[in-house]
This record gives sequence, C-alpha cells and structure tokens, in this order.
Amino acid sequence: MSALPVPADAALPAAPPRRRPVIVLVLFLLLALLPVAVSVGLPAHWLTLTTRALIFAIAALSLDLILGVGGLVSFGHAAFIGIGAYVTGIMITEGRGEALLILPAILLLCAIFAAITGAVSLRTRGVAFIMITLAFGQMAFFLTQALSGYGGDDGLTLYERSTVAGYDLFGSRTRLYYAVLVALAGCYILVRTLVASRFGRVLRAARENATRVTVTGYDVGRIRLIAYVISGMIAGLSGFFLANQTEFVSPAFVSWQRSGELIFMVVLGGVGSLHGAIIGALVFLFAEDVLSGWTEHWKVIFGPLIVLFVLFTRGGLVGLLGKLGVARRD
Amino acid sequence: MTTSLLIVQILNGLQFGILLFLVAAGLTLVFGVMDFINLAHGVQYMLGAYLAVTFVGLTGSFVLGLALALAAALLIGLALEFLVFRHLYERDHLDQVLATFGLILLLNQGVKMVWGAAPLSVPVPAFLSGSVPLMDGILYPTYRFALIGAGLAVGALLWFIVEKTRTGMLLRAGASNPSMVSALGVDIRKLFMIVFAFGTMLAGFAGAMAAPILSVEPGMGDTVLILAFVVIVVGGIGSIRGAFVGALIVGLVDTLGRSFMNDLLRLFMSAPSARATGAALSSMLIYLVMAMVLFVRPEGLLPAKGRS
Repeated sequence: MSALPVPADAALPAAPPRRRPVIVLVLFLLLALLPVAVSVGLPAHWLTLTTRALIFAIAALSLDLILGVGGLVSFGHAAFIGIGAYVTGIMITEGRGEALLILPAILLLCAIFAAITGAVSLRTRGVAFIMITLAFGQMAFFLTQALSGYGGDDGLTLYERSTVAGYDLFGSRTRLYYAVLVALAGCYILVRTLVASRFGRVLRAARENATRVTVTGYDVGRIRLIAYVISGMIAGLSGFFLANQTEFVSPAFVSWQRSGELIFMVVLGGVGSLHGAIIGALVFLFAEDVLSGWTEHWKVIFGPLIVLFVLFTRGGLVGLLGKLGVARRD
Repeated sequence: MTTSLLIVQILNGLQFGILLFLVAAGLTLVFGVMDFINLAHGVQYMLGAYLAVTFVGLTGSFVLGLALALAAALLIGLALEFLVFRHLYERDHLDQVLATFGLILLLNQGVKMVWGAAPLSVPVPAFLSGSVPLMDGILYPTYRFALIGAGLAVGALLWFIVEKTRTGMLLRAGASNPSMVSALGVDIRKLFMIVFAFGTMLAGFAGAMAAPILSVEPGMGDTVLILAFVVIVVGGIGSIRGAFVGALIVGLVDTLGRSFMNDLLRLFMSAPSARATGAALSSMLIYLVMAMVLFVRPEGLLPAKGRS
C-alpha cells in the first residue's frame, strides 16, 4: 500500500474503453433499423421478440447499475418489474389507462418499495444481501398472488393498452417498438451519465473498498440506497412496457426465476459495462426463443449452458468481444 | 379459535419448522464452512422426495426405500460436487448463484421429464399410519410426530458431531479460518467434500421424510429453498443453533399466521376484506418478521462465532 497521495481516479476501476461509444451507437442504429428490415422481409416475429428483449434490457440495465457498478447482487429485481406491470394492469382495468398518470404512480411506488426494502437489506452485505432481496422479491410475488380482485393466481388480462397524452401510441407494433427503444436509449444515457458522475465514481469505489470510501467522507449506505431506488424505478418502467406489450399481467412476472434470469442477462453481457446488459438481454431472449422452439424441455439445455458459461467464461460477451479485438481492453 | 385447534396448529408449525431446519442446516453448514451459496440445495431436497417415491414404490418398504433414496441422493450430490461445485469454491458469490441457478433449471425440468409434471405421493408407512389422541377428541397423526422426533434426533446428532467430535472441531475451525486450517495440514478439499455430502444427505432426508405428507412435484424445492434462506438470515448465517431457532420461528409464524390471521382481522374488519387482507398478510408475514429481525440485528439472532 502506497502512502503517497494518489490522483482520485487511480484507485477506481479502469475508465471505460474509448471505443465503447462506437459499439453502442452501432447497436442502437441496428436496433432502430430493425422495423425497416422487417418490412422488407425479416420475419415479423423478430419485431415482437426484439420488443420484448428491449423491455427486459431496460430491467437488466437497471440491475447492472446496482449489481455491476455497485457490486450489490440483488436477487429480487423482478419485484420492480412486477410493481410496474401490476400498476399498469390495475389502472387500465380501472379505466385509468393514461400513461401520464400510470408512470408517476409506478415511479413513486417503486421508489417507496425500493427505499423500504433497500433500507433493510442494505444493512447486510454479501450473501445475506442476496438472500434478503430474494425474500423481498418473494414477498412481492405472494402479494400479487393474493390480489384476488385482479386475477390472483391466474393473472390479469388487459383489454386495451395505455394511451400517451390521449394518443394511442402503443397501438401498432412498430410504434410500440420505437417507444420501447427510445425509453431504453433514455435509460441508457441516464445510467451512463450517473455512472460517469461523482455519484457513480463513489458507488464504484465503494464496490472496491467501502471502508476507504467511508473514511474519505462519503455516506456509502446512502449512496447505495439512492442507486437502489433509481434502479428500482427504472425496472418499474420496464414493467409498464411489459404489461402493455403482453396485454397480460401475472404473478409469474415476479417469480424469483425471473430475477435469476435478469442476473444472467447482466452476467451474460458483461457485468458493469451497461451496454452489455442490453446485449445480454437480446441474446438471452433469442436463445430462449430458439431453444423453446426445439423442445418444451428447453430448460434442460439452457440450465447446463448457464453452468458452462459461468465455469468457462469471464467478462461476458462484451469481454469476449474485447478479446477478439473489437473493443480495447485494459 | 379454540384451544384444541391452537394446539394442533402449533404442532403443525413445529413440524414444518423441523422440516425447514433439516434443509437450512445443510445450507448454512455448507455456507459457513465453504463460503459457498448453493441455490441447488432446494432441488436436492426435491430429489430426495422423488427418489423416496421411486424406491418406496420399488421395495414396498418405507425404511428400505428411505435408505436407498438417501444413498442415491448422496451419489447425485457427490457427482454434482465433482462436476460443478468444486470449481466454484474460489469464485465470487455471483458466479455461485448463477451456476447453481442453472442447475435448478436443469434439475426441475429433468425431474419433470423423468417423473412427469403431475404431483406424486408416498403412502404413509403402516407402522406410523395411526393417530395419537392428544386430549379428548383431538387426534394428531403419528407420522407427523415421528417427523418431529426424527428432526430433533438429527438436530441432536448434528450438535454432537459439530461440538464433540474431531471432524466437528475441524469444521468449526474451517468456518472461521479455512486457510489456517489448510496450513496446519488438514486436507481442506476432503473436509469440504464431507461437509457437502452431509448437507446433501440432510436435504435429501428432509425431502424423503416430507414425501408422505406433501405432494411431490417439480418446483417443490424452490419454495423450501427460499424459506430456508429466510431461516438462515433470521438465525444468523453459518450458525446451526441459529438455523434451529430461525426454523422454529419461521415454521410457527407461517403456520399460525395462515390459520389465525383471518380470525384476527375479522375482529375489526368485514369478513370479505378480512379474507383478502388475511391471505396477503399471512403469506408475507415471515418476510415481515425477517425484516424486523434484520432491522434490529443485521447479523441475525444467533450469529456464528468468529465470522465478521
């Protein structure tokens, strides 16, 4: 340990590689062109599937903020998707389908839920944190099951989609797709800005060495809680889109397997890289689609794939791209 | 709410708590000694139950079937240790969570392929099939008493091994400082394997014992796994005593909550809204208890010694 004063950045993880913006731009450009490609002959099914993948990408991105950047392995992230989806479903059922009403309600509820569960679970670290977030996720799951007025166990079918300022924005598949894509881009820019800010640096630094950050004068617990709340709110947004796309809401959205899948998306793409979460979600959903097309027992193939992936790769797909020389690694 | 119902429900809660203890003990042991978080512990419980279905059916004898099921569960556990877990001990918790999550997907679906998705059951063995009269007019099934007794016996055995034997001493030493134990010439890999085998046996035993009173179905391990997590967190991670206390608390709170929450709310609510609130509240009750315990004592009620 050197006792010399070091520049503020030296102790932090390496700065993001310079060429990352290029990959991200290419990624978003390709995504933006997808509806065009579908209109000239790509299977229409791809558009639906990609919409779904991008919705999960929003959730995976929000998870990457606390899991990748903050080093907090949350195993209950599906709860926020569930809150978003159920608020949407319930408000549409009650005839209040206006997104400008639904979204503030979702953000507020997610923030409250995150603040309460975060305040309790952030008192612990490591494995206890994993278990507690899992338990809170289960709590949300049982709560949705108990909503007997809104489908209970069987789920709630929606007969219309949300309107945005009175306009039927989600009425066509292409419009819904672009709405999700724009939301994802917005969230990505928001999270990236956060991570690059002083707040993000402290969050990252606390992952490496919480004691040192505390000694430096930052309230690590508060910073983590803020990140947890922001992450929960973004995941709630993905729940809004999910309910609107599937026109159906059920406790399965909140199941703990969903939370596990979100973690896998983040790890698959590359922990902490942010755009990795988007790539991870896309690969995950397309792989799921292909495998479940082969056999109903697709999980028998998918499970071992996860195990093999964990055992034999490090750094996820983004890291793999880096090794191939597409991105600079340092 | 009558006294007799209360007594029956308390016994049910104890029995559920004992079952949770058997699962949580293995989980907390593996975690305490190896710092390894094994989500697949729940599917090992499920495998125990399915193997009991098969072997009890094949042999026609509950005891023999139980013994064979335990042996088979142990073999599967050791195979998994050799193929997967062994390579994860040095990894961080995220990798362990993910890899064992993959195993859950595989084994849940695998069980569905082998045994089918429909729930199965094991007949209660003939010599335990009767009921014991508690007081006038109240009967309680003998098998459930046997389960409580078996659980307590295993708990006592566990306490004896951990506190009084040389292996137990190494175990406790390994839990507080594995590298020191290794440096003193103990084969830490062998120790890990013993601990792991033991944990697997416990989960398999719990599953097999639960088979006659619960329906055996895919995914049954997931519910138990999450409850076992709550138990461990409430009791204090890595501590067997904590797991015992936590398991009884969770078992009792959950069982009593489910049976009496309705009546309790009826005192100051209308019947339909009491039913709706009661259903929601009773399934969330143990998580609320967990949150309260953590708020007061983030390390759990009886944290293991020597862990930070």
